[in-house]
Amino acid sequence: MTKVYVPLDMAAVAMGADRLATAIVKEAAARGESVQIIRNGSRGMLWLEPLVEVETSTGRIGYGPVSVKDVGALFDASFLKGGAHPLSIGKVDDHSWMKRQNRITFARCGIIDPLSISEYEAHGGGAGLARALQIGPAATIEEVTKSGLRGRGGAGFPTGIKWKTVADAPADRRYVVVNADEGDSGTFADRMIMEGDPLSLIEGMIICGYAINGSKGYVYLRSEYPQAAKVYQAAIDVAREAGWLGDNVRGSGFKFDIELRIGAGAYVCGEETSLLDSLEGKRGIVRAKPPLPAHEGLFGKPTVVNNVLSMATIPMIMEKGAQHYADLGVGRSRGTMPIQIAGNVKYGGLFETDFGIPLGEIINDIAGGTRSGRPVRAVQCGGPLGAYVPVSLFDLPFDYEAFAAKDSLIGHGGLVVFDDTIDMSWMARFGMEFCAIESCGKCTPCRLGSIRGIETIDKIRAGQDVENNIDLLKDLCHTMKFGSLCALGGFAPYPVESALRHFPEDFHKPALEAAAE
Amino acid sequence: MAGAAPYSDERAREIIADHMGLEGPALPILHALQAEFGHVPEAAVKEMAEALNVSRAEMHGVVTFYHDFHREPHGRHTLKICRAESCQSMGAEKLANDFLNKLKLEWGQTTPDGKLTVEAVYCLGLCAHSPSALIDGEPVGCIDMQKLDELAAEARS
Ligand SMILES: Cc1cc2nc3c(=O)[nH]c(=O)nc-3n(C[C@H](O)[C@H](O)[C@H](O)COP(=O)(O)O)c2cc1C
Ligand code: SF4
Ligand code: FES
Repeated sequence: MTKVYVPLDMAAVAMGADRLATAIVKEAAARGESVQIIRNGSRGMLWLEPLVEVETSTGRIGYGPVSVKDVGALFDASFLKGGAHPLSIGKVDDHSWMKRQNRITFARCGIIDPLSISEYEAHGGGAGLARALQIGPAATIEEVTKSGLRGRGGAGFPTGIKWKTVADAPADRRYVVVNADEGDSGTFADRMIMEGDPLSLIEGMIICGYAINGSKGYVYLRSEYPQAAKVYQAAIDVAREAGWLGDNVRGSGFKFDIELRIGAGAYVCGEETSLLDSLEGKRGIVRAKPPLPAHEGLFGKPTVVNNVLSMATIPMIMEKGAQHYADLGVGRSRGTMPIQIAGNVKYGGLFETDFGIPLGEIINDIAGGTRSGRPVRAVQCGGPLGAYVPVSLFDLPFDYEAFAAKDSLIGHGGLVVFDDTIDMSWMARFGMEFCAIESCGKCTPCRLGSIRGIETIDKIRAGQDVENNIDLLKDLCHTMKFGSLCALGGFAPYPVESALRHFPEDFHKPALEAAAE
Repeated sequence: MAGAAPYSDERAREIIADHMGLEGPALPILHALQAEFGHVPEAAVKEMAEALNVSRAEMHGVVTFYHDFHREPHGRHTLKICRAESCQSMGAEKLANDFLNKLKLEWGQTTPDGKLTVEAVYCLGLCAHSPSALIDGEPVGCIDMQKLDELAAEARS
């Protein structure tokens, strides 16, 4: 029986992995070969998806991207024994993309069967929880604080401090809420973990619940991720069956359970207070702070809201110790970041590395430049609220503070690459349009400012009174930045301003050219 | 949504009752109603408001806040095309516009035969395979006009 891995990751499925798995089974049967198909997560080399791996005596050999029509030839080439074929990438662990990484959050993703507790444990799973149960809640929070882990959802708030605030808030009930709304364009790390190593997120939530003395966890997952919903729900069931969830977590006497909730297509529901209102069954309107969710969160109870990546990293931190994590990175950006490389790139995917790597190295070297083969013009970092960074700033190190100093954002770690055909005034307009579509409507600068922004950029693009309209646009950005309650209205100006600053020529197209469009 | 059931108050009440044990059951109920009936009709909103003990206006506000819930039936199949930044970096805007023009549709509209609704979506987490789409919840990566035409033809066959 040969083990053949065909990812169930939504990106692999989008490139035909389901049909491929069926075709491999069929072909094997026709040839009298015995194969066991394992639907693993993705290794993150997304340009190779579907990446089929075969377990051999010398390790796992990869082939990709494989389509159904390649299956016959792969069998002919004895791929079940790791045979040579043009699609072979050799031993997957030896691939330079894998070797250059430092996988902590993603250590197991793509390697194990995501729904097998025994494989999870064989790869270190459960050790973090065991240690937390041994050292107790207060020491667990202390470990998380010492690790230097900062929230990976965007704001970069220290996770341990948040947990301590919740633990210290007097209450009869406390909640653990995981933010899996992952709405930023160019990001997919939350999705990949929930599909590829869901048990790590479950274990992280249990550790959190134990540390803050809460017994109920919710995961708020965006509806655009049906595959993540399926796999994560299956993982919850597996975990409950195995006694990881329920009235007596792993025999410790601690009670904890998790419920998966599905969002309904509102970007703003990724903002934590809007998310909480949505979980409560209301419109996802942003709440004014204070009170902080840590004091009055879900149903008014103290609540930890953490991003998927923050929470899924906890087991590793507990297993290996805070210091191991804190020793990585630069400045106040400790540990590793799962960077998501997307857009017009040759090698798109998930690359986890210590903080501090220069932006240019990621784009030119690791991602191999553009897929179109044309020169890179801009990279939007940190999602739709993040700045467009020009090539001239490519020495910028991947570090929260260094990015902030350039009015840029690491956010959730997404990088979207654009080639030189991109029209930055159009992207600025789109940024305003996105804000207008997704605004929760609570504050005027966001709700109406974004619409004024669209109109003003339209005038600029039409060559009307360009200088005055650019000044107006800048004023508008200023008003939105300082008059908005949350970062949707407050950060929407960053992509616009960065486009204006770094690519002014795109706002000054000769009137004739503009008129011709 | 292939195979939506015709609306009935009774079935709606059943679905609502199934979820009443949850904390904050509104979204799970709305998803279940839409899965059953293909949309969330006004009559169901009324049932929900009663069951959850909130005003109809408030319930209405919840339904209309979320892009996912629609008040009118959609086409038999739904194609969601991503128009967020990563997909735009690979030409999604022009591709989608050309496709919509060809079908003589605007975003959110349904073909006259009632077979296909085309909606905009903002990121599917498939950004390394931009441009991308979802057809009835199934992901499709690296779409081009040929793939879109195929999807549309299949949906309308
Ligand atoms: C408009 C908006 C959208 C957001 N979307 C997300 C999201 O999709 N996922 C996420 O984890 N955080 C998102 N955030 C940040 C959350 O408000 C919050 O900071 C985060 O969930 C806290 O978790 P962390 O400390 O682990 O990062 C968003 C914030 C804003 C203002
Ligand atoms: S900035 Fe926009 S999204 Fe945020 S609270 Fe105000 S109106 Fe709502
Ligand atoms: S931007 Fe289209 S899938 Fe992410």
